[in-house]
Amino acid sequence: MDAPAPYFHWGFIQISLPNLVVIGVMLLLFALALVLPFPGHADANDPDGDPR
Amino acid sequence: MTASDPPELSGGDSAPSAGAAVTKRRNGGLTGAAAGWLERRLPISKLLPTRQPYYIGSWVYVFGVVTIAALAWVVASGVVLTFVGPQWWHVSSVGRFINSLHFWSVQLFFIFMVLHLWGQYWGAGWRDGRAPTWMVGVVIFLISVVTAFTGYISQQNLDAQWIAVNAKDAINSVGVGAFFNPLNFGQMYGLHVMLLPIAITLLVVLHVVQVRLRGVVAPLGATDPDLGDGLRGATRS
Repeated sequence: MDAPAPYFHWGFIQISLPNLVVIGVMLLLFALALVLPFPGHADANDPDGDPR
Repeated sequence: MTASDPPELSGGDSAPSAGAAVTKRRNGGLTGAAAGWLERRLPISKLLPTRQPYYIGSWVYVFGVVTIAALAWVVASGVVLTFVGPQWWHVSSVGRFINSLHFWSVQLFFIFMVLHLWGQYWGAGWRDGRAPTWMVGVVIFLISVVTAFTGYISQQNLDAQWIAVNAKDAINSVGVGAFFNPLNFGQMYGLHVMLLPIAITLLVVLHVVQVRLRGVVAPLGATDPDLGDGLRGATRS
């Protein structure tokens, strides 16, 4: 715990592994939010859909 | 009270109606004007809607409310920390737990605020008169950064001292060190536990009211037939 985190260097970019992991998780969450179906969501193009 | 007074002011209207009530508000000075404006702009059906447009049925629209949930945890744990003090939050097991709760709820607050920002940016959430809503969101983000910074300085440990001593040069370099001094613990702590959280909370309330006023922006590229009456196949809010 007291050891410094590993750092990555790409050109002028320098970032720690924990920060890189957080950014990766955020990108994953955003992508999942775009593609995963929302529960209880009626199909907007279905006129017979349940307008809850 | 004279005979020339209008009935709504003289109390002579024995059968009050909605119209009479509105007339009374119209004549009620600044309070009446404010009440009338609120009734027109933000009726209760807009403030607490039971139905939302169908396009809200997406996880992207959850990020904003999760940010508010995280903020509630931040404020609640922060109130406890403020009452009990650093000797408690650094030493006792419960204190360290509440301290960690405060820290990690802040992390979630920022993570979901940025995800909310991404969703609104790529969906151009400022369209159709919603620019003020976007601007208030930007201000909330910026104040949150300052609040987090003052929080790191308020920890009362070596980490806080290290950050404060390094930050003072950065703050001085932009010319605001005279009235924002990271080495002034009283100023940093006061800003962190009072002024900045109140500002964030009030602006978040304003942000939500702004969303209620205009409704959630339609998806990019949506056409009128796509939208219908906006409630076709609607999902509950």
